[in-house]
Amino acid sequence: MSELLQFAFSGLTTGSIYALVALGFTLIYNASDVVNFAQGEFVMLGGMVTVFAAAAGFPLPLAALFAVVVAVAVGLLLHRLAIEPARGASAVTLIIITIGASILMRGLAAVIFDKNFHSLPPFAGSQPWQIGGAALLPQSMIVLLGSCIIVCGLWAFLTHTLMGKAMLATAANRLAARLVGINTSAVVGLSFAISAAIGAVGGILAAPITLTNYDVGTLLALKGFAAAMLGGMGHPLGAVAGGLLLGLLEAFGAGFVSSQYKDAIAFLVILAVLFAMPQGLFGKGAVERV
Amino acid sequence: MRVDPSAVERASQSGFAAQALHRLGPHTLIVAVGLIVVLLPLVLPSNFYYRVVALVFINALAVLGLNLLMGFAGQVSLGHAGFFGIGAYAVALGPTHLGTSSWLALLGGVAIAGLLAFVVGRPILRLKGYYLAVATLGMGLLIAMVFSNETAITNGPNGMPVPRLELFGWRLSGPVTWYWISGVSLVLGTWVAVNLIASPTGRALRAIHDSELAAGVLGIDVARYKLLAFVLSATYGALAGSYYALFDGFVTPDAAGFLRSIEFVVMAVLGGLGSILGSIVGAAILIILPQALTVFHDYEHIVLGLIMIVFMIFLPNGIVPSLQARLRRRRT
Amino acid sequence: MSILEVSDIGIGFGGLTALDGVRFQVEPGEIFAVIGPNGAGKTTLFNVISGLYKPRRGRVLLAGRDVTGTPPHQLARLGLSRTFQNLQIFFRMTAIENVMVGRHLHERRNVLAHFFTLPSVAEQNRRTRAHAAGLLAVVGLSDAADRPAGSLPYGALKRLEIARALATEPKLLLLDEPAAGCNPVETGEIDGVIRQIAATGTTVVLVEHDMRLVMKISGRIHVLDQGRTLSEGSAEKVRMDPAVVAAYLGARAGSEAQHARH
Repeated sequence: MSELLQFAFSGLTTGSIYALVALGFTLIYNASDVVNFAQGEFVMLGGMVTVFAAAAGFPLPLAALFAVVVAVAVGLLLHRLAIEPARGASAVTLIIITIGASILMRGLAAVIFDKNFHSLPPFAGSQPWQIGGAALLPQSMIVLLGSCIIVCGLWAFLTHTLMGKAMLATAANRLAARLVGINTSAVVGLSFAISAAIGAVGGILAAPITLTNYDVGTLLALKGFAAAMLGGMGHPLGAVAGGLLLGLLEAFGAGFVSSQYKDAIAFLVILAVLFAMPQGLFGKGAVERV
Repeated sequence: MRVDPSAVERASQSGFAAQALHRLGPHTLIVAVGLIVVLLPLVLPSNFYYRVVALVFINALAVLGLNLLMGFAGQVSLGHAGFFGIGAYAVALGPTHLGTSSWLALLGGVAIAGLLAFVVGRPILRLKGYYLAVATLGMGLLIAMVFSNETAITNGPNGMPVPRLELFGWRLSGPVTWYWISGVSLVLGTWVAVNLIASPTGRALRAIHDSELAAGVLGIDVARYKLLAFVLSATYGALAGSYYALFDGFVTPDAAGFLRSIEFVVMAVLGGLGSILGSIVGAAILIILPQALTVFHDYEHIVLGLIMIVFMIFLPNGIVPSLQARLRRRRT
Repeated sequence: MSILEVSDIGIGFGGLTALDGVRFQVEPGEIFAVIGPNGAGKTTLFNVISGLYKPRRGRVLLAGRDVTGTPPHQLARLGLSRTFQNLQIFFRMTAIENVMVGRHLHERRNVLAHFFTLPSVAEQNRRTRAHAAGLLAVVGLSDAADRPAGSLPYGALKRLEIARALATEPKLLLLDEPAAGCNPVETGEIDGVIRQIAATGTTVVLVEHDMRLVMKISGRIHVLDQGRTLSEGSAEKVRMDPAVVAAYLGARAGSEAQHARH
């Protein structure tokens, strides 16, 4: 029982990060139909920039804030310089652009920072709490809570502010949104900025547990995408649910089956979803008009 | 992409040049590639250059296969390196663990890759767009993971040595030998590809690319042809992978990795999807550029990423088709 | 035996019923039209017949054989072909290549032979190209043969799709709004093409909004409204049917139209 609980804690923690990445994917996809393969790099930036800023002498909270700002700036640059100019391009073209962006960011990170693994000090001490025989790190709790706050905050933003509603409108029908005066280009830019911010925060919160490194972005992006698809591409709630579910599947899979192939679980999940349930948990099957 | 109608009309009215080109047809390409392979040694100063060009030919072979799948049949694959890796590890594992000859291992690798493509292809090719991309990506990653994790057999991430290819006791190694092996294979691979495209099968694939719906209604078994393209691309990829491993004498799980899959896609798209010549051009650029920039080894990723972004924004159709379009306009 | 029999077809999407109990028979060699206001379910009906959709209930019989839900490429083999309302042209191929693809079922399709430069393959290509050229001549597109389909005007593309569908040598040809978006001259050309097709013995079923064209060339007309059959019969009978007139023109205008004709 305590073993199950241990796996559950671990799974929910990593799952929260996947959920944040998946949420970022979903925001951008809804606003612009682009699948941003560089999504994982925002998480990487959150962690790495904080580490290096702290090492340069900034107090941790300031370093973290700086990291988020940097990630948002990178997100906006990505939108303006790489996505906007290619508006209307084919799926293959856009895939290559965003993968290229992620490779570029990784290359820059390797050069500007370094290739080592880094960690941040835990925010609330490193003494694990004992719950039901399983150990829960305070930092895990912070990750879970932080993700929860972000998701709720995002929901409030989307449904209660004008800008948020503009985003929902753009996601529903871009042409109609433009016709009522919404600057859809700005909305897409905003979606990139918000996705970058939540990715970065996820990276900062998780760094004390999972360590950070110039290379973490790739696998995170893929798993985030798997989570988004599991939940139903384009469904924010689905993205969160998918992320948590994927984290749990990974933790239990690693615990009971094989820890070596932990990463494979995400891809087996993708393949299973695509073949058995392509619309995901929350999505509706689309009818193609002929 | 719509071609300017008046330009096309003028081109067809300019008669001789256009007709001549049309009549020369696809087989000029094979001759051209053959000439390149045969004449290039006249200008290659040292073994280093032979090595680089051999690598270009090997990659071009892999990309040719990918182009058949992506450029002609219109199915995106981000897992092509998986097949490349199967070919590479086949010639390592076969002789080392099973005692087979390298030749048999090479054939075995190609067969296994083809078989895997056949089995996995049916369900995977029902998907489209991003979903297909990610499914193939997942497939490639799983293959790479197996090579990386099964340390007992493959020696894991550190890689394992590959016994050299032998012919009647002669060791086939060295840049010059592999230049000729890969060059001739590329010519043969081009020949097969060109024949395929100019045939009813080729037309069926191109039709599927443009409209699966219409293709089906005209009697084309879309699923079967997509599978054919997938299996064919896998065999090209595996063959290239075997050559790569035999040439290098060593193989690591990177041979099947995500980055390599992406490089293949970039080579294909850069050169021009749907252009056979483009596959060779794309491979040449992506292999030669890092060699020219050896001093910037640490900046390899940065350069690759920039190339990908810049080319996709400004030259999304690829180099060769864009040049062809410009030449067509100038001819009128 | 009728060449096409549609019986009690029912299908819906997301709670909306698109077709409800549609039934009719088409005799070999006739020109049969399906008409109705927008949203009546005409294209949905075509999609069911041509195997793109599987109906919730009902059957489709092709020359007496139950083909309900059979995939399109198998239906092509059984002699059914169609064009599309929204044009499904192979834009990246030339006009003649488009039609050549239509010859797929009549070509020798041994893939292994296609890997090599064999005289049999070259001969096959020649024959296919010649046949396609003939069909292009029928629809009046001979001088556009080697032009990329993407560069052709809309009316030409509609005719190209018909030529391509004919390349399969169908027994039954479904034309989905062949004259949509065409000017009177182009419509006249389509009229001629359809008559030529029917003259060769191919059965034609068409969906069309251009009433003049429909009344001129159709043998029998089937009227749909909101997924149900409203009327069926000769052009004369349907034209006079008050229910049809009401559905298309509205009751008041309908009676005006009736009186106007006399």
